[in-house]
Amino acid sequence: MTSPAALSRHRERPPDLRSKSGAWYTPAVQLDHLALEAKGLSRGYGRRWALQALNLQLAPGRSLLLAGANGAGKTTMLRLLATTLRPTHGDLSVFGTDARTKPLEVRKRIALLTHRTQLYSDLTALENLAITRMLLGRDAEPEADLALLERVGLAGRGRDRVRTYSAGMRKRLAFARLILQDADILLLDEPFGQLDPSGFAWVDRMIGELMDAGRTLVVSTHLVDRLAPVLRSGLVLSAGRMAWVGAARDLPVALAGELKS
Amino acid sequence: MTALMAQIWGVFRKDVLLDLRSGGRLTAVAFFAGMTLLLFSFAAPPDGLSLGLNAAGYLWLALLLASVLALGESFRIEVEDEALEGLRLLPVDPMALYYGKALATTALLVGLCVFVLPGALVLYGVAIKGSWLKMVATLILGCAGLAAPGTLYSAMTSRARGQDVLLPLLLFPLVIPVLVSSVKATSLLLHGDINPGGSASSSHLALLLCFDVVYWSVCGLLFGKVIDE
Repeated sequence: MTSPAALSRHRERPPDLRSKSGAWYTPAVQLDHLALEAKGLSRGYGRRWALQALNLQLAPGRSLLLAGANGAGKTTMLRLLATTLRPTHGDLSVFGTDARTKPLEVRKRIALLTHRTQLYSDLTALENLAITRMLLGRDAEPEADLALLERVGLAGRGRDRVRTYSAGMRKRLAFARLILQDADILLLDEPFGQLDPSGFAWVDRMIGELMDAGRTLVVSTHLVDRLAPVLRSGLVLSAGRMAWVGAARDLPVALAGELKS
Repeated sequence: MTALMAQIWGVFRKDVLLDLRSGGRLTAVAFFAGMTLLLFSFAAPPDGLSLGLNAAGYLWLALLLASVLALGESFRIEVEDEALEGLRLLPVDPMALYYGKALATTALLVGLCVFVLPGALVLYGVAIKGSWLKMVATLILGCAGLAAPGTLYSAMTSRARGQDVLLPLLLFPLVIPVLVSSVKATSLLLHGDINPGGSASSSHLALLLCFDVVYWSVCGLLFGKVIDE
């Protein structure tokens, strides 16, 4: 679990998003580059807009809690930020690199956890991790992979095919793959999905560790009460638009109001 | 360049491992190719002569039809749990992804030839009268010629409804040149190349090589656009 001290440290931080003339800004942080900067980011499917005019600035090491009803555009937003979805309009830069012109450079710094685990079911957990290592250009480290599996609660199951795993175990393995990527920015789409209560606690702990390690986090979840005290900023999407932005601790109340309206 | 080669090797190894792990699918593709050869033997007049004359054509049609199964499978495993998106985010260079997968499909089809060619020789009552080396080269280049555009179109249709119909509809017209060259070269090698030094089969092999170079270059360049949403 994240230590109470760590939690209160995160809680005391001011929000990093401010409304100003219709745009959202990080407070005056002197940085060479923002971790994420989206300007008018929009994605349409036919005549319907899944996400419209997202303006976002997120400094390195900051965290954002993303909430909204089903179909509000959360997953679309995360996929756009991960560059796996092309925007219909707007620009995105990651640590100052234009995502449209240099997507491969950008992807080196981003990891995305989605509803789908992006694993190969016919391979074992260890083989999935070994392939990830190989494609990342790293040397094979079976011992480290075993340790990683132990860390995510899959000790003793490394040599079993992923096809034999439960949904929760697959999610844990997807987390292991995410950790292996060692990315600067982590985009987590419903990280608690499919997990049991011990898995919830484990995700809490991992998010705390990632924040302490200075990673930039964007977490989309319906369990806002769980993460509101931990994460720093909050954003509510409604029908593809930014409906509310502020401190994450205020998000549950804002979201309740948004859902009522 | 080294990083690109390493990623190509990584994708190739992954696909071969997946093919080996799903032994049932491999067996199904091999069985399908064998069954196609058998059906062609029933479709031809029962004089033995027609079968022998058309053996090269039947062999390559069986390989083409089996390749559609193999290609469809190659991308089904990538979209099943959105593994393709995971690969793109690692990030794997789209060119590495293409060449790794196309090489793995070529290897699978060449492996299939090890079973299909002897089967065709026995079923159709023919023997290889030309150079064995040229026959091996024809099979490798022909399989590569099927795998290159097949990998591109398989990626293109992997998320489409009715992929099973779309893939052959798009692929078959494009591989006609490869098919014609492969069939002619194989036929000459089966029945004997009467030209001095086997020059006719060599010309068809050279033509096949040219088609392969064009397909492997163009498809590799286009693949990034195809998998980019």
